[in-house]
Amino acid sequence: MLRILITACLFAAAFVMAVVGHAQISIDITKSEIDPTRIAIPEFIGQGAGASPYNVDIPNVISADLERSGLFEPLDRAAFIETQSTIDYEPTWQSWRVINAEVLVSGRVIEQDEMTITVEYRLWDIYGNRQLDAARLRTPKDNWRRIAHKISDRIYTALTGEAGYFDSRIVYVAEDGPKTQRRKRLSIMDQDGANQVYLVSGSDLVLTPRFHPSEQRIAFLSYETGRPDVFLMDITTGNRERLGRFDGMTTSPQFSPDGDTLLMTRIINGDSDIFSYDLSSRKLTALTRSSGIDTSPSYSPDGRNIVFNSSRGGSRQLYVMSAAGRNVKRISFGSGQYTAPAWSPRGDKIAFTKSEGGRFHIGVMNADGSNEKLLTSSYLDEGPTWSPNGRVLLFSREPRGGQSGIYSVDLTGRNLRRVATLGAASDPAWGPTLK
Amino acid sequence: MSLKKLSIVTLAGVAMTLGACATKPKEKIQTVQRPVQSEAPRSTAPPIMETGPMQETQIAPPLMQGPIPGSIQDFVERAGDRVFFGYDQDTLSPQAMQVLRAQASWLQNYPGAVIIIGGHADERGTREYNLALGARRAEAVKSFLVGQSIAPNRMSTVSYGKERPIDGRSTEEAWALNRNGHTAIVSGTNS
Repeated sequence: MLRILITACLFAAAFVMAVVGHAQISIDITKSEIDPTRIAIPEFIGQGAGASPYNVDIPNVISADLERSGLFEPLDRAAFIETQSTIDYEPTWQSWRVINAEVLVSGRVIEQDEMTITVEYRLWDIYGNRQLDAARLRTPKDNWRRIAHKISDRIYTALTGEAGYFDSRIVYVAEDGPKTQRRKRLSIMDQDGANQVYLVSGSDLVLTPRFHPSEQRIAFLSYETGRPDVFLMDITTGNRERLGRFDGMTTSPQFSPDGDTLLMTRIINGDSDIFSYDLSSRKLTALTRSSGIDTSPSYSPDGRNIVFNSSRGGSRQLYVMSAAGRNVKRISFGSGQYTAPAWSPRGDKIAFTKSEGGRFHIGVMNADGSNEKLLTSSYLDEGPTWSPNGRVLLFSREPRGGQSGIYSVDLTGRNLRRVATLGAASDPAWGPTLK
Repeated sequence: MSLKKLSIVTLAGVAMTLGACATKPKEKIQTVQRPVQSEAPRSTAPPIMETGPMQETQIAPPLMQGPIPGSIQDFVERAGDRVFFGYDQDTLSPQAMQVLRAQASWLQNYPGAVIIIGGHADERGTREYNLALGARRAEAVKSFLVGQSIAPNRMSTVSYGKERPIDGRSTEEAWALNRNGHTAIVSGTNS
């Protein structure tokens, strides 16, 4: 059902102009205070009767993507002076400078045939007098949102030097019903909250979905058999399978970075320990053997280490061990209790949930436990998951006595926002960028 | 049979009530006169009730039905199906042990009964940690029952973490109720 027919090619930079004394525009997203870049995104030019409404909808989605990132301030179209009739000539720089636009996105939508559109786009540096990026993308019409997200990703990359994350999806648990009889259903949506669909019909309790690092597959926990078991599901086909037939319960699945191994917690006689499960050989290997609770494992992006949560020392703390279960080292030493760690795809940071003084926080620390920083605070924040580029975190927030929802926050602690879901939602897992 | 037993209990109750009446000296039913209107009522005077002549008749036993011995309801009422835990704890309190001893003795009386023990946690913890904690609570219940000579093959455990609270509020009282081990009889009952 996923049609990945997008073809992208760089235009030859048709008009490379001499840079007139201005530094190249670039955004440093690591700073904790950011002045959003003022970006002009006019409606795209439509070519062919069927180019509408995509010539308006696509720039609108790009605008919303960039605004949500907190790094951009899309400008009001009513203030625009120039209306480009072609995107193949330079814009009139001055008419964009007077409205203080720093960058301009111009585009054209061409109806290729009844089913297909081609979208061309150019990104201009208004003060550098030059084109920063250009691309042509083609897709079936009903896949138009992905074109918009692909362009958003290109703009983000051109201006920050980092990979984008807009063309990605989020799997989560949709909730409804009273708290004592909550119904929970696996759901998936685009990163911007569009195209929300349920993945399973909803008679069994499901929890903690996790995305495969590169494919449209997930692991999750289901009570289909009456107790918690880890299941795998191929999102494109809907096929799912229970992972093995183990004694006891299995929880907390997490894929290895190469996608070949699944970490999970196996609970036998009340004792929770971390295991790795080789998805091709179907071999299960015990990695921890403590009598306390060991759970919520997460691989480092190089696959060499695992961070997990353990109560072996008497309180809930984070520990790192090798992928073979050796060299266990405690890394959390602050006050409070630490659970649900998630290793950043960039490798340098570990996000976690911390409870202290009756409040819950999402925080980040360096992989060695140093430089702890709390990003959020509420009655109940939990379960961080990283954007594919390691710059944004999603997590569940449940206000006291209220409905839970999914929130996003930047690695720097800025730009806290609620992610639009159809109803109450929890347990987000951010998938890889689509191909 | 149980109905008959119930009737006996109820009749005994009625007899006791009558017995209590009988300890009072018998006196004639008298009609109390209203106070004379001209007399100013004392503000502290108790209200005077007017009663008519009384007649004693036997009241039929209530139509309430008690639990059938050996049924799930019987287990819940006679033993108790839930034990409660402290915050982030999986050790059994003396009260919990008392309930579990009653559960064990009930289970010994009905050796065909098979149970599932569910472990539950309150909402103030992360999901996966609470699943692990719930499993420890269920296991604590199971171990105690094994210690009371209940065969392990009659029991299984499941953890629900914080997913199935019995009280949906976010209060101390609700949290205390939601930290529990629940013994559910799944088969072998005289339902």
